[in-house]
Amino acid sequence: MTRLFSPRRSQQIARVVLWALMGLAIAVLVAVLAFVLERGLPHLSWSFLSEAPRSSGLRGGVFPILVGTLEVTLLGVAMAAPLGIGTAVYLCEYTREGALTRVIRFGSDCLAGVPSIIFGLFGFVLFVTTLGMGWSILAGSLTLALMILPTVIRTSEEALRAVPAGYREVALSLGATHWQAIAFVVLPAALPGIFTGLILSLGRAVGETAALIFTAGSTLPQTTPRSIFDSTRTLSVHFYQLAREGISNERAYAAAAVLVLTIAVINVGSHLFLQRLVRSHQ
Amino acid sequence: MRGSDRYVERTLQLVAFSSLAALVAITSFIFKEGAPFVFRVGLDNFFSGDWHPTAHRYGIGYMIVGSAVVTGGALLLGVPLGIACAVVLGEMCNASLRGLLKPLVEILAAIPSVVFGFIGIALLLPWIREHLGGPGASALAGALVLGVMILPTIIAISLDALRAVPRSYRDASLAIGATEWQTIWRVVLPAARSGIVAAVILGVGRAVGETMAVVMVTGNAVQLPHSALAPLRTLTANLALEMAYSTGEHRSALFATGVVLFVVIVVLNALAGLARRGAGASHRKKAPRVAALTATHRETEGATPR
Repeated sequence: MTRLFSPRRSQQIARVVLWALMGLAIAVLVAVLAFVLERGLPHLSWSFLSEAPRSSGLRGGVFPILVGTLEVTLLGVAMAAPLGIGTAVYLCEYTREGALTRVIRFGSDCLAGVPSIIFGLFGFVLFVTTLGMGWSILAGSLTLALMILPTVIRTSEEALRAVPAGYREVALSLGATHWQAIAFVVLPAALPGIFTGLILSLGRAVGETAALIFTAGSTLPQTTPRSIFDSTRTLSVHFYQLAREGISNERAYAAAAVLVLTIAVINVGSHLFLQRLVRSHQ
Repeated sequence: MRGSDRYVERTLQLVAFSSLAALVAITSFIFKEGAPFVFRVGLDNFFSGDWHPTAHRYGIGYMIVGSAVVTGGALLLGVPLGIACAVVLGEMCNASLRGLLKPLVEILAAIPSVVFGFIGIALLLPWIREHLGGPGASALAGALVLGVMILPTIIAISLDALRAVPRSYRDASLAIGATEWQTIWRVVLPAARSGIVAAVILGVGRAVGETMAVVMVTGNAVQLPHSALAPLRTLTANLALEMAYSTGEHRSALFATGVVLFVVIVVLNALAGLARRGAGASHRKKAPRVAALTATHRETEGATPR
């Protein structure tokens, strides 16, 4: 095989090409964020956030939708948290790696790979029709809880593994039972990390559309939901309807800006929080 | 106290099976609703291209083609770009730069799919319509949007694979005079191969399962896409579009679409799992060869007079 370039030359070319590709990926991200914020922020106003929508979203704001989104996502995270943290505690503190943990991990990994539309179908059959919840905040948040469960398990597990073994040894040497050591020493130490994981899951829940459109419903609410059995349209579902049906471009841009800002704040916030945490541990 | 400890352990053990239970429940419900339908209409009808719910004809063949086409297109963009980014992040930049760039990739992962779809509608579709022709909503648009959306998956998992390659591999290669690029291309990437394969497979899973963005940019016409600029419909789009108003047989047909999607995803995940398990084994297997290399290197080092 004849050599096209000398090793030094190919090294230079590879460097330029790889960095250019990296730059391209970053440029796409920056373009996406800049586009949404540039078009959306001018249409964002207090009245948009605080008023109810009128004429199927053409006029008015998104207040009931924001409240509904908050309820669905917080409830979803609240239901996933005990299951996910419990699983992580069991995997980290009670078992050694073996057939049992492999089976549990396989379930969690597979669940993480299931597309959100499949969660939507499942939630629709089980919660909405079979259990008779109808399109409701409850059905939506149950579906979301299953969807974010693998994320909660993984992040909680990481947080628990980051707790030094010495903490457990000291607690046990002082006469604490296994569970006392976990409840009073290990979990409090891992709590900030676990919390960060929950916040990240919340971010994922806020952006979710396909799983919620058939479970929480897509009819436009006129008032804030009165109970968890009310149907609601979440912000991302609302945004989808506005954008796809071309109801109002400026309101779609404004909704997109709210969505992206919320998610950016959640992600950057939890990142900074985690960094401070790492520093305080050192 | 000991008694209650055992009680806690039992409870946690039960809780630990929740994700598996959810998976089993999802599988059984989707199959219960969809699988009988497939056998009732027959496999050849079900996989034909004839989708006319009003005439009771439910063939999802064209949607399978549609999903395959946009996924293939997305891989053409996402795989080289994703692996390049992973190599830059893992092999070619210092810690502080990585600390800056990696969170950006994570933000890309956090952007909701409806936002990608919306940008597709607002920017990409008009551009394609003007400069390339056709209706704009097309296989090409779907592939471009999905190509970007699978980037975070491919980058994150490839990066893990690169990180898992022992440092001694690089040291050995550099020590015998290879350039940085030769080391990456001939030593690090081959050693990380199975992990990167897993990354690509999971990227495929992500692309096949993506719904909202695809619904918004591919036009959703049930047809064989005869060019990159022709609209098409994917399996996921079929579910998202028709579920809301379907009843009876039509609804069963949609669940059967879900069954196909589900089977594809589970197979992909299993393959990715196998590839990843292979990743661990391959390092153990290849280690002696590199050990031999380092040994040679040590010998030459020892031979040189100090």
